[in-house]
Amino acid sequence: MREINVKLIEDKIAELCIEANHYLGDDLKNCMAEMLENESWTVARQMLASIQENIEIAEEGVFPLCQDTGMACVFLEVGQDVHFTGGLLEDAVNEGVRRGYRDGYLRKSIVADPLRRVNTGDNTPAYINTEIVAGDRVKIIVAPKGFGSENMSQVKMLPPSAGEEGVKEFVVKVCSDAGANPCPPIVIGVGIGGTFDKAALMAKKALLKSVDEENEDPYYRDMENELLDRINGLGIGPQGFGGRTTALSVKINAAPTHIAGLPVAVNVNCHVSRHKEAII
Amino acid sequence: MEYRLTEPFTKDKIKDFRAGDKVLVTGTIYTARDAAHKRITEMLERGEDVPFAIKNSIIYYVGPTPAKPGRPIGSAGPTTSYRMDAYAPKLLDMGQLAMIGKGQRSSEVMEAVVRNGAVYLAAIGGAAALMARQVVSSEVIAFDDLGAEAVRKLYVEELPLTVVLDSAGGNLYVEGRENYLKSTVK
Repeated sequence: MREINVKLIEDKIAELCIEANHYLGDDLKNCMAEMLENESWTVARQMLASIQENIEIAEEGVFPLCQDTGMACVFLEVGQDVHFTGGLLEDAVNEGVRRGYRDGYLRKSIVADPLRRVNTGDNTPAYINTEIVAGDRVKIIVAPKGFGSENMSQVKMLPPSAGEEGVKEFVVKVCSDAGANPCPPIVIGVGIGGTFDKAALMAKKALLKSVDEENEDPYYRDMENELLDRINGLGIGPQGFGGRTTALSVKINAAPTHIAGLPVAVNVNCHVSRHKEAII
Repeated sequence: MEYRLTEPFTKDKIKDFRAGDKVLVTGTIYTARDAAHKRITEMLERGEDVPFAIKNSIIYYVGPTPAKPGRPIGSAGPTTSYRMDAYAPKLLDMGQLAMIGKGQRSSEVMEAVVRNGAVYLAAIGGAAALMARQVVSSEVIAFDDLGAEAVRKLYVEELPLTVVLDSAGGNLYVEGRENYLKSTVK
């Protein structure tokens, strides 16, 4: 058994909140450069160039990439041989978010109640997802999630008869309906199977994958490629002004499900698809 | 076409703007998003004075990040506009000149833009550091308790925008998509 003081978790989360909001992953930057090469529509090229310029300004001046610095989504993979000391894990995560958003001059976007809507003032509480895995280490992923794109996400309980084509039609329709709202070019996470809530979680976790990572399952790899082509045939383009580059990436997670069900969740992210990780 | 829009802001200066045109705005504009729109609308219903004159105003739908020391503002890109659709037609009917945001609007907003000779301009969503560079000064003038959602008076220099909805009924989100798709048909 390994003892880990939760203060270590807190410090790392504070760092990751700041890092994720200022520096986009190389995978996404490379993907965008490639998309720009394949984009022929003038206004689309202009918008992609402005988005790339924004990434440079954010890095150089240390400004947040987007003013919506998001709800802090924190994913913890905890080795089952770990014993936490020094306080509650959840408190440490929230304290890390509080410090990161305060010290990093990040926006506080969380209201304490969905209907009474008073801002908590420190961007807590975070959304925390904890998974127990093998080993004695802790993997932390911080993914600040903007709500312009989150609001365009959908879950649908399809009948099994809808099959592969039904799933694909739903994913493309979600992107088409979203149009200019989620700041295209978008990044799409899809969860297929499980339960109502598991599908949504899988979709969110699909957004944590590197965009250059290939699906291990050739069946889903082909589906990801086909979906990307179909979404990029919608004509929405960067910022919705028209063009080919509507989506940068589609990633799918699938899981066993019930004989009566075919849950599908589509989690939409903007071109600022942020996530940074660390292992303790 | 490319335009420069400078003060004093008047309807006459924007009447030729058409969907797809580029506009660089220089002058004083105001920020307001969800909570501020709700409060302004409630104040108007009660017959109270609102934080700034609506007539000929330009409202930017934005909730910036906190300014770092020595900076006028943090990152400041547009928020999604449809959440202001419930409030926008009334403000447009009161003479609001322009809305700055991103994303689709309701048919009620489109009609109010045409009816009033107003304009809906898009800032680049997610390019918040780039947009913030054009902000020279920023001052909270109302609803400080709302934090990021407070009403700010901004002075912007050459804020780069694109016309989405124009007074002739043009809509870039529809036309841009259609024109691109037509160009791909061989």
